[in-house]
Amino acid sequence: MTVSDTAWKPAAPPPASVSPKSPKNRAAKSARTRRWRNIVWVLPAVLLLGVFAYLPLVQNLGFSFLKWDIYSGRQTFVGADNYVRMFNDPIFWKSLLNNTLYAIISIAFQVFGAMILAAMIEGLRSQRWRGILRAVYFVPSAISLTVAGLLFYFIYEPEMGILNAALDFLGLGNFTQAWLGQENTAIFAIIAMSQWQGFGYCTLLFSVALQRIPSELYEAASIDGVGPFQRFFSISLPLVREMTGLMMIVTVSGAFQVFNEVMVMTSGGPNNSSQVLGTWLYRSGFVRNDFGYAAAVATAVFIITLILAAIQLRISKKRRVQW
Amino acid sequence: MVTRSAVLLVLGRVLVKAFLIALAVVVIYPLVWMLLNGVKSNSELFSNPFALPVAWKWDNYVTAWNRGVGDYLTTSVLVTVASTIATVFISAWAAYGLTRVNIPFNRVVLILILGGLMLAPTVALIPLVKMFQSLGLYNNLWALLILYTAFRVPFTTFLIRAYMMDLPAEVDEAASVDGASKARAFWQVILPMCKPILVSTVLLNILFTWNEYLFAMVFTSWGALQTLPVGLTNLMSKHGTDYPVVFAGMAIAAIPVIVLFFAGQRYFIRGLADGVGK
Repeated sequence: MTVSDTAWKPAAPPPASVSPKSPKNRAAKSARTRRWRNIVWVLPAVLLLGVFAYLPLVQNLGFSFLKWDIYSGRQTFVGADNYVRMFNDPIFWKSLLNNTLYAIISIAFQVFGAMILAAMIEGLRSQRWRGILRAVYFVPSAISLTVAGLLFYFIYEPEMGILNAALDFLGLGNFTQAWLGQENTAIFAIIAMSQWQGFGYCTLLFSVALQRIPSELYEAASIDGVGPFQRFFSISLPLVREMTGLMMIVTVSGAFQVFNEVMVMTSGGPNNSSQVLGTWLYRSGFVRNDFGYAAAVATAVFIITLILAAIQLRISKKRRVQW
Repeated sequence: MVTRSAVLLVLGRVLVKAFLIALAVVVIYPLVWMLLNGVKSNSELFSNPFALPVAWKWDNYVTAWNRGVGDYLTTSVLVTVASTIATVFISAWAAYGLTRVNIPFNRVVLILILGGLMLAPTVALIPLVKMFQSLGLYNNLWALLILYTAFRVPFTTFLIRAYMMDLPAEVDEAASVDGASKARAFWQVILPMCKPILVSTVLLNILFTWNEYLFAMVFTSWGALQTLPVGLTNLMSKHGTDYPVVFAGMAIAAIPVIVLFFAGQRYFIRGLADGVGK
């Protein structure tokens, strides 16, 4: 794609000298046309997003008021019926609860755990070890959630998995169980996998944030005899606070969009005990052929992510003023 | 007193390092286990999960490849290359338009594109199925190419725009003194200067596309062409009893991105850090 736009040079006279009826008006008008022609730079992006991201968002709201059978194609307007059903659906609430658990546990491990880990890594004196550890922790984040999910499906598997084998080895044989096959452990087993997969990514980002703190601060503190714990709480922690806020939002927002790992590991089972909003939406639409209802669940996801995005926007605005 | 605290400090350092190394072993072991299981026999897999393979059965990889992983890999490479190129160019044009060209409704366009950062693919899923069915692109790789590009443009534009804003204005002035058009200034001056961030965005987009599952599953599950994540779950359900082959397939899917990460680590970190921090 090429854009011929040879004329966007400071050749046009300054606008102040252009009186409304002067012949130079024509020049101003053609400058305006040229300005409109410049829209081609952003047009592909705007069209793609408009048609494939924003339009479906609006359509989804409309679909959520329909009863819609995708095979017969029949659509009937049912008002708020899908929403009423959703609020009375125990599996919807179970899913929401599971997403919330996902968010809380991920904040503990992937935000605070990762932050402490990053502080430990950056405290190492060997540059080489810092690099190796950051990279090793990140490797699980590079592989797909599908591979990670399948891998942990096998790790949790009672016959051949290494988790039960390791528990047996450590003399904790009483704790061995079918981790993904039981209603009370399935979702936690999935969340645990997700911590393994994601914590290195967060550690890496915290490491970068810590590296941006001027080293003079630490040097001054250690000259004053401030110990490593106090340095962490009085220098590192306050100065990565903005990063912490952003990471929390990103993590929570991700926790409410979980789909891949649950689908691969349990498909929401057993008995819907590990269902999350994403998989329940999928199942409602594509398995139970209840697309109107699925659209209502999608609206719930949208509202949650919208609220989180608004908070994120506030945090990043505040950050810009401070930094 | 001084010596005691010095001893504690050294002890603390040793403990921290020991903990970090132990954690690294725990983190990496599942992946090693995956690689080892890929060269075991099925009965070995069930006898002792921690044992090393007796006879290294490399032909598991060949079997996995022939059972469809080869096709999935080809599809994944195709979709990844095409959508990464499309995403990066469309985003670079948009970033240029937003930062260095006088366009109407600049602010609205900016909000529209960056607002896409907060859109969850799940929310758009149901209408997209209907849309692609009526376009005749359901069960078609074009659906994936279009969707990956559309949903990755906001983040990619965000990164490239931030980078372009930091380029000095003299660059454009020099180009316009030379009489270069906006288009030529973009291709010959600005784009080459953006090379570091372009590498970062290319790597991040490869990582995303290679690993994406939701759209891939919904839009190509019933078609002849599947990407690796979807194909692997099929391999699992079709040949589920031949586990070493499934492990080999997983390794084939994982190794390219791990290698890519280590090769371009610097650029990855830059892209990720700018993505959250700016």
